[in-house]
Amino acid sequence: MKDEPRVLQISPIRNGTVIDHITAGEALNVLKILGITGTTDECLSIATNVASEKSGRKDVVKISDRELCTEEVDRIALIAPQATINIIRDYLVCEKMGVEIPRVLLGVVRCPNRGCISNTNEPIKSRFEVTKRGLHCLYCDWYLKDDIPGHII
Amino acid sequence: MRQHIISIKEFEKKDIDALLDRAEAIDQGDYDPKALEDKILGVLFFEPSTRTRMSFEAAMARLGGASIDMGGVEASSVVKGETLADTIRVVSGYADAIVLRHPREGAAQLASEFASVPVLNAGDGAGQHPSQTLIDLYTIRQAMPLEGIDVGLLGDLRYGRTAHSLAYALTQYDVTIHTLAPEGLEMPPNVVEELRERGVEIVVHDEIGEFTRALDVMYVTRIQRERFPDSASYYAVASSYRVTPELLAEARERMIVLHPLPRVDEIDPRVDALPHAKYFQQARNGVPIRMALLLEVMG
Repeated sequence: MKDEPRVLQISPIRNGTVIDHITAGEALNVLKILGITGTTDECLSIATNVASEKSGRKDVVKISDRELCTEEVDRIALIAPQATINIIRDYLVCEKMGVEIPRVLLGVVRCPNRGCISNTNEPIKSRFEVTKRGLHCLYCDWYLKDDIPGHII
Repeated sequence: MRQHIISIKEFEKKDIDALLDRAEAIDQGDYDPKALEDKILGVLFFEPSTRTRMSFEAAMARLGGASIDMGGVEASSVVKGETLADTIRVVSGYADAIVLRHPREGAAQLASEFASVPVLNAGDGAGQHPSQTLIDLYTIRQAMPLEGIDVGLLGDLRYGRTAHSLAYALTQYDVTIHTLAPEGLEMPPNVVEELRERGVEIVVHDEIGEFTRALDVMYVTRIQRERFPDSASYYAVASSYRVTPELLAEARERMIVLHPLPRVDEIDPRVDALPHAKYFQQARNGVPIRMALLLEVMG
């Protein structure tokens, strides 16, 4: 039996960011984290449930003409800790980095406690410590364990 | 000397013991009544609390200092939409320390980030109330050593911040914690998990007689009516755990009953006359403990 021809599912981008090895099914949450909606201007390519030697299935997102900042990478780390970020300039991978969940998340997650002072108009950002029991709000002491993507700002 | 008093979790055992020792000395008259005579305490109470406010003001007065307050929230700049951060920055220019009571959890932490003077947390929502916990520990220590005892927490253990804070503080000592709560008001699993991680043994009870017999200290908290959907379900729960002289007849002789007050129906007034009842003594202890805290941040 002849091998099927190899076909690129997503074409290369000239400049921008490729987020690879996203946990399968999380690509749309990654876009949400990055504030990318149907009404924004980015030129996007998304592949979901792509075969992956490393993890079986993965999602891939390519964003043209945009390089991610640290805060955005922190957010991605929360839902796709295996992801890799490739910065592309003139079709070449100029930077390749893994994501790493930082010890403290600043302004990344909304506290689920409605009584928390961080959910008001005070001039502060939410602050969570990443612990083995979940995300620990450093203002009100609550723990966020479930539905972390749903609480990402 | 400590900059801020925000959470009981920031105190190590030696810190707690030193504060309790200082309060004990103060209680015996060993303090300088002019120690804070050139100091001003800013009293910011964004929700009512007669006992906490008055005991902080009394403590300041006994040390020769003055207190200024913002009056009720309705008469303050809060009604104009000022943020807490701005209020704190402004009052930092008027006072040498700020005592803050606020309905939002984490308010004291926020205040400490914007204040240029020490902040003392006098209760933030369902969050922390460290001076109350020190009062609780001090009252226990007046009756018995803090080591090797059985402490029971009774009532609303889900939302009751005083019970949580006391439990955290007790993990510094060799104690067994017993709990008894109405269905739905049990101690949150993450709190139980953290307490166990800190090495404390927790025994969960579902029968008040057995609970009472096991204790050296019974810490009763009020069941908050607003947590229930209707009056009937509130009364069904509220009347299920009433501390009465008949119940206490089964208790250990040295067992003491504490309550952060105000109480509603959870302790029969006939208990007040029994030697077990220490809750009014506990309220009185608010002054020496808060004097010790004021000296800690301004002395």
